[in-house]
Amino acid sequence: MNRLIRAAALGAATTLLAFGAQAQTVKIGFIDPLSGLMAPVGQNQLHSWQYIAEIANQKNWAGGPKFEIVGFDNKLSPQESLTVLKQVVDQGIRYIVQGNGSSVALALADAVAKHNERNPGKEIVYLNYAAVDPDLTNSKCNFWHFRLDANSDMKMEALTTFLAKDKNIKNVYLLNQNYSFGQAVAKAAKDYLAKKRPDIKIVGEDLHPLAQIKDFAPYVSKMKAAGTDTVITGNWGSDLALLIKAAKDAGLNANFYTYYAATTGVPTAMGAAGEDKVRFVGYWNVNNEKFVGADVAMGYQKKFNDDYYTMATYTGIALLAKAFKETKSTDPVKVAHALEGMKVESLNGEVEMRKSDHQALQPLVVAKWVKVDGKTVKYDQEKTGYGWKTEALLPTYLATQPTSCQMQRPK
Amino acid sequence: MQTTARTLRYQPLDLARWVIWGSTALLMAALPVFFTQGFAITLMSQMGVAIIFTLSYNMLLGQSGMLSFGHAVYSGLGAYFAVHTLNLASKGQLWMPVPLLPLVGGLAGAVFGVLFGYVTTKRAGTTFAMITLGIGELVFSCSLMFPDFFGGEGGVTTNRVFGKPFLGITFGPAVQVYYLIAFWCLVSMALMYAWSHTPLGRMANAVRDNPERAEFVGYDTQKVRWYTLIISSFFAGIAGALGVINFEIVTAENVSAVRSGGVLLAAFIGGVGFFFGPIIGACVFVYFVVALSDHTKAWLLYLGMFFMLMVMFAPGGIASLIMMQVQLIARKRFGRIWRQYLAAGASGLLVLAAVILTVEMTYKVSVDSSGGTLMKLFGVEFDAAAAGPWAVAIGLWIVGGWLFNAARKRVAHTYGEIQAEFLQGRP
Amino acid sequence: MEFFVISLLNGVSYGLLLFMLSSGLTLIFSMMGVLNFAHAAFYMVGAYVAYSVGLKIGFFPALFVAPVVVGLLGAAVERYGLRTVHRWGHVAELLFTFGLAYLIEETVKVIWGLAAVPYRVPAALDGHLFTLYSTSFPKLRGFMMLVALLMLLSVWLLLKRTRIGLVIQAALTHPHMAEALGHNVPRVFMLVFGGGCALAGLAGVIGGVAFITEPSMAASVGPIVFVVAVVGGMGSLAGAFLASLLIGVMQTFAIALDWSLAGMLGAIGISVNEATPLYSLWKLQISQVAPVLPYLLLVLMLIFRPKGLLGTRAD
Repeated sequence: MNRLIRAAALGAATTLLAFGAQAQTVKIGFIDPLSGLMAPVGQNQLHSWQYIAEIANQKNWAGGPKFEIVGFDNKLSPQESLTVLKQVVDQGIRYIVQGNGSSVALALADAVAKHNERNPGKEIVYLNYAAVDPDLTNSKCNFWHFRLDANSDMKMEALTTFLAKDKNIKNVYLLNQNYSFGQAVAKAAKDYLAKKRPDIKIVGEDLHPLAQIKDFAPYVSKMKAAGTDTVITGNWGSDLALLIKAAKDAGLNANFYTYYAATTGVPTAMGAAGEDKVRFVGYWNVNNEKFVGADVAMGYQKKFNDDYYTMATYTGIALLAKAFKETKSTDPVKVAHALEGMKVESLNGEVEMRKSDHQALQPLVVAKWVKVDGKTVKYDQEKTGYGWKTEALLPTYLATQPTSCQMQRPK
Repeated sequence: MQTTARTLRYQPLDLARWVIWGSTALLMAALPVFFTQGFAITLMSQMGVAIIFTLSYNMLLGQSGMLSFGHAVYSGLGAYFAVHTLNLASKGQLWMPVPLLPLVGGLAGAVFGVLFGYVTTKRAGTTFAMITLGIGELVFSCSLMFPDFFGGEGGVTTNRVFGKPFLGITFGPAVQVYYLIAFWCLVSMALMYAWSHTPLGRMANAVRDNPERAEFVGYDTQKVRWYTLIISSFFAGIAGALGVINFEIVTAENVSAVRSGGVLLAAFIGGVGFFFGPIIGACVFVYFVVALSDHTKAWLLYLGMFFMLMVMFAPGGIASLIMMQVQLIARKRFGRIWRQYLAAGASGLLVLAAVILTVEMTYKVSVDSSGGTLMKLFGVEFDAAAAGPWAVAIGLWIVGGWLFNAARKRVAHTYGEIQAEFLQGRP
Repeated sequence: MEFFVISLLNGVSYGLLLFMLSSGLTLIFSMMGVLNFAHAAFYMVGAYVAYSVGLKIGFFPALFVAPVVVGLLGAAVERYGLRTVHRWGHVAELLFTFGLAYLIEETVKVIWGLAAVPYRVPAALDGHLFTLYSTSFPKLRGFMMLVALLMLLSVWLLLKRTRIGLVIQAALTHPHMAEALGHNVPRVFMLVFGGGCALAGLAGVIGGVAFITEPSMAASVGPIVFVVAVVGGMGSLAGAFLASLLIGVMQTFAIALDWSLAGMLGAIGISVNEATPLYSLWKLQISQVAPVLPYLLLVLMLIFRPKGLLGTRAD
């Protein structure tokens, strides 16, 4: 008996030692495009994760374990991502992060769930930091997927709440890319506008093929002919930049409410053309009231000569670190359970990982593209001399949506 | 296409053929024993799928002279039909065991081959190439327009594990999928090889080489092309369906121009002139795309360079290079040239090192410099912005280039000598 | 009416840009029988070179320098690459340019990075040329049209009215005879290839500033340029001109139309709703299908009139 206790105590001590004394390194697989069209965005976000991991390691957020981000190139292809996932498993990595493209996210969420079911003891936790298809936390939710970004419906809720206050808005035009995400944006915009401002007319709605249009002038003249004063679009990448450029060329005097105007490449492309016209809805803007996170952004700027905008990286590492600390473990199953319902303080305030569907709930902002004035707008983006001015801060409850998710939890 | 009852047949004992096919089968069976990692298994599974796809493509390009820029249409559509079938089967609305799924994909591919092929094969040459390009773009654009069938941006996902396991086989573990793919790969390879010896296969060669003459002899060249395309689409569909089982997802990229271009690169790199060329090409290509892209971000650049070099200096592909050596070995001349090969290979490695060093350093400095210019290559860490490594690169270029050029000349000289001897009829 | 006129102007100006792009391709094809897959890549190089050169010497000098640079590059490619491959036949040449497209794109990424470069409209072209009703027509688009027309005129004059043009035409139809008469046909080929690439480069200078200069700009115009060249008739400059305008105007107007089969059936009293089989087909609007139309046109053209609008040969 005595020996047994001693042995047990010894065992416990060694595990504690292993966890506490040796700084354990937790590898996180970053699966996003690092080559091809979206590579600049992926590269920026990989750096964001690495930078935040560095901060976390310095300040010992996790109370022992260190973070290391390993980049994997998925070429923005769902299929390729699954190959990469196998590689991640081979390398013994148990945490993955991904964000670009809801297509990839849906595939990965599905594959991770299947993997975890087929390989018990080798579970993987998947943090999705930017893919916003609502399905991921509704009909297609699963236990291993956690979304750090607000989903497309939440963003639209916030956007329309803000937009509804502007009485000058009468004619709205919806232009989106013709795929699941673009269609979701268009549908949500119509639903919410009908609720909040039934007097607003949807004067036109277009879905165009993804990344195939070179000349947006025809769409712009259609908008003009319809008397548009506001455009709502979920377009990203060159589809957004070209649209704004074409609107400026044709002298279309309309506001643009976007999701992705602050991502790499778009600011450079729109430049002065978007001044005072383009807004984005997101979870954070460096030019916030107290410039929270400006130190992070500046440190990032200094190190990578690029802009830090993917604040979800901060939330993600903070959540993981807290879960490691609470469970005193880096075991994915324990950590996943701990993440459910967890609250952390991030750069935009308190973020809660809702238990029912693994959707992060957080305050959102609407910001406008203006010239840097040094007071409310201190920081520009992509050295254009323009930056984002926070126009509205929307508290968490405003954008929160009910979920249809029926979470299956492992025993 | 009828054969007379008593044709003159030359049938030597085909021991070599049995040895080759047998050892291929053995190799395929044994590979997972040596490479047990999950990633290696996926890589090999992908190679298996690519081999079928590339061989089916070579039925068009190599054997019938049809340069297609839209072959992914058939494998992609085959994959879509397979994935929907699999989903129905897993819901119990349809009986379809997983091992037979490739047949569904194959049939779907063949049906579209009948449909599109009727239009495309009316012409040969450049017109054929252009029309396949157009159809490829059409189908791809449609795939994003009809999300009900194509699943939109997210594609269609599925689960290959359903029902009761048969003899303990669930197709959950990747190894089981690998063996399924290997089985189909072997069968398809054998069938496609057999096809190349059928009257239709021979006529396809004739239509490739001299359409007027084939027509004059009484064959409808358009029909020959059409039938060939249908059979080729069938195998492309099989490859598509196997891809479904492997990945459990089908997305629009399966019908995209990127996929069509890829299979062209693979077939050409391997060598379109020999049956086994595309097999090599498929393996090399998959390795480039899947494995190399993890080692370097410039993988597309290397692939492009490699392809260009092949087009310029070895248009017969890797297969032709191998066959050249086989000829030398068979006629006992290899002993005279292998030392020079060794010299050329060694100096070639120097040039390769120079290329890699230059490309990687340029990439580091211009694209990837945000994280500092320190980099690691061949296990050595250095600063890509410093002058030292660049001096090394330049040195490698000069020395390697000079040595390689000298070695290359000697190889060419000796090879020419040997060929001249062959021409003079010496054994 | 305003909408119609503006759409027409947009369509024509887009068509003219397409023409600038495809004229080089057509020229090279008619001359050498080479379908240059890397053509769009040269267009991209034109944009990037103009951006870099323009930073130093301004937009308008770059407008002349960039095409020359691209032309020289093209000539070098012909001299040291294509000519080697020529002996393997047309398929090998085609594959060569196919690989070249990959290579150029990757090299551009290495030199200029993966993101878009800030290639801005020069002050002289920034602004509105005229305002029609309430829509303004940007100067840049006017300039684009002007350059395209000037280009058409000068290429036409060069081919029809100069000695070198005569040699080119002779070498096109009777290469051996031209060679026998003492003309250096390979050099003529090099000249034509370089010239065609220079035209693509010129289109790049304008297209890069009008749209976005980024590594994927080549891939995004690549297929459509082929469509123009094929629909117009391989090797026919006038055909390419016609096809460019046709496709430009067609695409612009298709976007403007919200018609769908469901709407048409609705107008004659048949209601189509989500329960109808193939609903996703019926509800498609012409505007959604617009970008696919060129490819549809290509396929139809190749089936029914494989030599194209004004082409002279089918293969």
